[in-house]
Amino acid sequence: MTTTPKLVIDNVGKVFSTKSGQVVALDRTSFSVEEGEFVTILGPSGCGKSTILRVVAGLEEPSSGHVYLDGKEIKGPGPDRGMVFQSYTLYPWLSVKDNITFGLDLKGVPKKQQDEIAFHYLDLIGLKGFDKHYPIQLSGGMKQRVAIARALANDPQILLMDEPFGALDAQTRTIMQEILLKVWEESKKTILFITHDVEESIFLGDSIYVMTARPGRLKKNIKVPLPRPRDYQNKHSEDFLALKLELLDLIREESLKAVNP
Amino acid sequence: MWKNVFTPNKDIAKPLYTGAGIATFILLLLFWSILSYGGFVNPLFLPAPDKIVKSAVTMFQSGEIWTDIGISFSRVALGFILAAVIGVPLGMLMGSLRVMQGAFEPIIGFIRYMPASAFIPLLILWIGLGEGEKMAVIFLGTFFQLTLMVMDVTKNIQNELIEVSYTLGAKSFQLFKRVILPASLPGIVDTLRITFGWAWTYLVVAELVGASDGLGFMIMQASRFLKPDKIIVGILIIGVLGLIMDLIFKAIYRASFSWMRKEGS
Ligand SMILES: Nc1ncnc2c1ncn2[C@@H]1O[C@H](COP(=O)(O)OP(=O)(O)O)[C@@H](O)[C@H]1O
Ligand SMILES: [Mg+2]
Repeated sequence: MTTTPKLVIDNVGKVFSTKSGQVVALDRTSFSVEEGEFVTILGPSGCGKSTILRVVAGLEEPSSGHVYLDGKEIKGPGPDRGMVFQSYTLYPWLSVKDNITFGLDLKGVPKKQQDEIAFHYLDLIGLKGFDKHYPIQLSGGMKQRVAIARALANDPQILLMDEPFGALDAQTRTIMQEILLKVWEESKKTILFITHDVEESIFLGDSIYVMTARPGRLKKNIKVPLPRPRDYQNKHSEDFLALKLELLDLIREESLKAVNP
Repeated sequence: MWKNVFTPNKDIAKPLYTGAGIATFILLLLFWSILSYGGFVNPLFLPAPDKIVKSAVTMFQSGEIWTDIGISFSRVALGFILAAVIGVPLGMLMGSLRVMQGAFEPIIGFIRYMPASAFIPLLILWIGLGEGEKMAVIFLGTFFQLTLMVMDVTKNIQNELIEVSYTLGAKSFQLFKRVILPASLPGIVDTLRITFGWAWTYLVVAELVGASDGLGFMIMQASRFLKPDKIIVGILIIGVLGLIMDLIFKAIYRASFSWMRKEGS
C-alpha cells in the first residue's frame, strides 16, 4: 500500500463572474502535499495564488475539480485547516492569550488546558510575557506571530499561509522566516505557504511550485536541495544562489507577461 | 505657542486649541451683550443675558422646571430605547445577512426621507394624544437612521476577520456572538451617541401638540405668553442635556473599548 498524500488538489480551476465578464483566476491545477512537508507556491501577483489557498481553506468553491485532505473532500471552511492572512486579522478586543485560545474556546476545551497550550505557543513564537497585551500594542511582526500561534493552537491538519510576511519590512521578514521554520520543526505541521518573494520560497520550502501569470497554472515544481535545519546563513550557499537565479528567470518571464499580456 | 496656527492639518498647542473654543463662546456672548445693552434690539424679542440668567434661577428655584425636564427626558429616553432595542439587532442582521439587507434596506431607505413630524396627525388618529404618541415621534425620528447606520457599521467589519473565524471553527451563531458583535460594538455605541442627539431635537416637535407638560410644552407656553427669556432657557436646557448625554456616551465608549487605545487598560 502506498501512502496517500496529506493534501490532494485535483484539477482545481476557478472562474469569477464579474460585471465586466468572466475572469479565469486559476486554470485547472493539480498537485499534492505530503504529510509534514513545507510547500511554497511562488508566482507573480494576480496569478491566482490566493485563490488556490482560499479553495483549500474552503472559503471559495472551485469552479471545477476537487480538494482532498486526508482523503476526505473539502466542502467548506473548518478548523482542520488553519489560515494566516497577509492582512492583520487578530481580534482587537481580545488579549494576545485570548486570541491564541479563540479556537480552543469555541471547541469547549477546559480553561486550564487552554492556558497550557497558549503559554506553550507564546514561548515558541518568542512572545513570553505578552499574553495580556492587546493587538494594538504589538508590532506587525508580533501580530503575525500571534496569528500563527492562534492557527497552530487549534492543532490543524495543515497550515495555510497567504503571504503572511508580505506587509513587513525586509529585516523583520527575515527574522519571521527563521521563527516560522523553528515553529514548523517543532510542530511537525504540513504547511502550504504562498509568496511572491523568490528568496522566501527557497529558504522556507522543501518544494516550490512556480506559477504562470494569469490565468494561473503550475509551471514548474522544484525540490529545494538545502539541508535542514536552516538558518539565514543558508541564503549565501551556492545551491541557494543557483536556485535563486533560476527562479528569478522564471518569475521575470511571467511578470513580463503579466505586465504586457 | 503660535506655531502652525495657519498651516493646514498641523497640530497646534493644546491651550491654543482650547482657547479658540472659549474665545468663540465669549465673542458670541459679547455680540449678544452689545445688541442688548446697546439697545439695538427689542428686549421683547431678545432679552439681555442677565435677564436669561435671572429667569433660569427663578425657574429652577420654583422647581416646576425639574418636572418638565424629568418628563421630557423619559419621553426621549423611552422612544430612543425602543428604537435602539429594535434597530440595533435589525441593523446587525442587515449588515451580515444579505437576505435581510435585501428585505429591509429599500423600505427603510424610503421611509427615512419622510419627515417624522408629518406623521404626527396620523399618529394622533392611531394612538391618540397620550405618551404613546410622543414616544412614537421620537421613535420615528431616530429608528430608521439608526438601523441603517448600524448596518453600515456591521458591514464594514474586515472580511478577513470573519473568514479567519471560520477557519478557527466558528459556526454561524458563534460568529455573531464572538466576532460580529464585539467587532461592531464600538461603532454601535458611537451610532447610539449620535442618534440620541437627534432624538432630543425631535422632543419639541413631539410636545408641540397635545402635551400638558415637558420642556417642549413649556417653550410653547412661553411663546404664547411672550416670555422669550423662558424660551431661551428651555432651549439651553435641551442643549445642555444633549451635551451631557453625549459626554456620558463618550465616557462609556472610552471605558469599554480600552483595547482601541495604544496605552491599553
Ligand atoms: N472575488 C473575485 N472576483 C473577481 N475576480 C477575482 C476575485 N478574487 C480574485 N480575482 C481575480 O483573480 C485573479 C487571481 O487573484 P488572486 O488569487 O488573489 O491572485 P494572487 O494572490 O496571486 O495575487 C486576479 O486577477 C484577481 O483580480
Ligand atoms: Mg494574493
